[in-house]
Amino acid sequence: MKNLLNWLDDRTGYKTFLYEALYERVPGGARWRYVWGSTLVFTFTVQLITGLFLWMAYNPSAQTAWESVYYIQYEIQLGWLLRGIHHFTAQAMVVLLVVHLLQVIIDGAYKAPREVNFWLGLILMKIVLALSLTGYLLPWDQKGYWATKVATNIAGITPGVGDEVRTLAVGGIDYGHATLSRFFALHAGLLPALLIGFLALHLYVFRRHGLTVPDPIHKPDTTFWPDQVLKDAVACLAVLAAVLFLVLWHGAGPQGGAELGAPADPTESYSAARPEWYFLFLFQLLKYFPGKTEIIGAMILPGAIVGVLFLMPFLGRWKLGHRFNLAFIFGILGGIGILTGLALHDDSRDSDYQLAVVDARHKAERVKELVQIEGIGPAGAVHLLHGDPKTRGAALFARNCASCHRYDGHDGTGKVPAEIATASDLGTFGTRTWIRGMITGTAGRQHFGPTENAPEVGERFTGGEMAKWVAENVASKKMREGEVDAVVEFLASLSGHRGIGELDKTKIAKGQEFFALGTDAVAGTCYACHAMTLANDPDGLFKDPDVKMVSDAPDLSGYGSAEWLHEFIRNPALTKFYGGHNAMPAFADRLSNQELDLIVAWMLHQWPELK
Amino acid sequence: MSPQIGADSGHPDSGIAGLPDPRRGFIKQCLAIMVGGLVGLVPIAVGVATFLNPLRKSVKAKQRPSGSDADGYYKVASLDALSNVPQAFKIVADGKDAWNTYPREAIGAVFLQQIAGGKVRAFNVTCPHAGCAVDYRAKQQEYHCPCHNSSFAADGVRDPESPSARDLDALDVKIVDGDVLVKFQNFATGSEEKKPL
Repeated sequence: MKNLLNWLDDRTGYKTFLYEALYERVPGGARWRYVWGSTLVFTFTVQLITGLFLWMAYNPSAQTAWESVYYIQYEIQLGWLLRGIHHFTAQAMVVLLVVHLLQVIIDGAYKAPREVNFWLGLILMKIVLALSLTGYLLPWDQKGYWATKVATNIAGITPGVGDEVRTLAVGGIDYGHATLSRFFALHAGLLPALLIGFLALHLYVFRRHGLTVPDPIHKPDTTFWPDQVLKDAVACLAVLAAVLFLVLWHGAGPQGGAELGAPADPTESYSAARPEWYFLFLFQLLKYFPGKTEIIGAMILPGAIVGVLFLMPFLGRWKLGHRFNLAFIFGILGGIGILTGLALHDDSRDSDYQLAVVDARHKAERVKELVQIEGIGPAGAVHLLHGDPKTRGAALFARNCASCHRYDGHDGTGKVPAEIATASDLGTFGTRTWIRGMITGTAGRQHFGPTENAPEVGERFTGGEMAKWVAENVASKKMREGEVDAVVEFLASLSGHRGIGELDKTKIAKGQEFFALGTDAVAGTCYACHAMTLANDPDGLFKDPDVKMVSDAPDLSGYGSAEWLHEFIRNPALTKFYGGHNAMPAFADRLSNQELDLIVAWMLHQWPELK
Repeated sequence: MSPQIGADSGHPDSGIAGLPDPRRGFIKQCLAIMVGGLVGLVPIAVGVATFLNPLRKSVKAKQRPSGSDADGYYKVASLDALSNVPQAFKIVADGKDAWNTYPREAIGAVFLQQIAGGKVRAFNVTCPHAGCAVDYRAKQQEYHCPCHNSSFAADGVRDPESPSARDLDALDVKIVDGDVLVKFQNFATGSEEKKPL
């Protein structure tokens, strides 16, 4: 064995190399304050390893990036752990960078003869930040998409070459496949290669000048191996423990680890867009530079700060230079802290932002359900949300219906519109509650009540035939409770609302009979005003060929069903619906069939659910 | 082991006993640098050429969505769907992304508002500051960007305190047979000048 090693040493000189690497002199003994550089090398190594394995499962294109990340997080064995470690180690790296920089400045390790190494360190810091920025986009979720869009647009204001820089970063005029390919090539190729190169130089120059020892007689001199290595290893263990703690914070499994939002959707604006927490100060800074001054906040100021950092070795020569450098770095860190705090404070008080975050979380959860229910087609997961009544139907309702209607008091997505409602609250539409309300409280807040808020409608509905009939026959108990129940059961049986549950056939039959024939106690019948046809009508209750609608009362055949709603929304002014009484716009030309389907299915809760 | 000629060339202490002074091979040095540079340059130049591809005008033109009329107008909505409160509408066209075409997809969105004289006002929803999508706040009657708090009056004029350097990007509108057509364009963000992309 010894012979073999000697042979190898003769051919390679590895013993000298190892000796130089391990027996670096540590004057004054091993210390905890020297560990920061090593923890950075460690975190970078973790990123290389986890990144390489993530690469084996990741696929950069607009149709597959989110999908492959989903697959890593939810399907691949321990994929969530791999991704979680990569995600949180990236954050740890930024924190450690700051600590390392601080340590170097406090110890004056930037001064001669270590200027070049200080600059190499600053270059490494920029590379790490660029890695963070490019990595943020790769999952191609809404958060990364919109935040990175802002970042590239800011690059677009670079004087002279801004447009070209932006186009080259994006890989075209708009975000898409090329953007992902380019960002991935930067993130997994160019930037790590640069980082390795500059790290090698950094370590080489570091060894050339040795440690900066504040107090060489602190303890007897020692060597790097094993005293300092042990301290470094313990520090790395602590970093790893912190990273694992963060990964497991929300649980051991795909629900823990790094977050994955809903897939990027260029057509769905995203009001919850924020950069990663360590860039929040830059985000906040931009708010204070109105108009043309943007470039000061976006480029000149950050550029000047980095410029001063680069000049520190020269500034340090001046008598008070070191103190200035210390004051500068603490001032900058304090400023970053204050700006970050302000950004978080602003967001915590911004109810629109809070709602947007809830909505984003809701969509992220929903798309994961849809993937499990329907699987991902070749067009990608974003199409699952486009065709989902639960989320898209609500959004369409908010955009098209909520200027008049409400849905449980809000616009369908949780926001309360500024204008007052001028039409019914459709939160219970198609359910027993809805129909009971229509029969017992026609002019109530959930039903026709709000129409009074529209001056051109006035009391057309609240004082209309139906309201009058209800006051006369229901409020006075002429229509008995059991009869209300029966009619409710009958009409509810028509809607197909998913919340209806089991139907009572006896009640339905009784309800049909009351609808058609009424009783001696009540005036008239439902059928006298409202047309009705039934597919299965053995008793011929609704076979009256001469039935005529009075006072523009809607045809209730299939009331509340998808077909009925479709036809109604397309044109509520048809004689079979509200006719001359109608106050609602026709949506035939405003909504596509697909959009109508989504709104209707959403109103009836007919969306796919996980079993 | 044979020492390599020129390994330390240029270094003042590099004289290796018995070998000619490396400085004398000036032409060889120049040639070595040129040949070495050339072999490295070829792959780099080819790579950079492909990297710059997105800057070509013809490539940009191919990436533009199709579905507009000859003047670049897209049919967006029917006139009676509009009100005096701005509403967001999607522009549906055949979108392009590198090698993919997406038929009849939303390629962007606009705010449309009916104003006095039967006219229609149209704004691109994209904030001219950094490219987030603005919301319309009916209560305050203003457009507001959720990213850096730019705000714009209902006529699109920027609040002087806003980070945005220009007003909301107004788009040309024409009304044909009761349909609202909008000349939809995206513009470079961040500048005072409204420059189409």
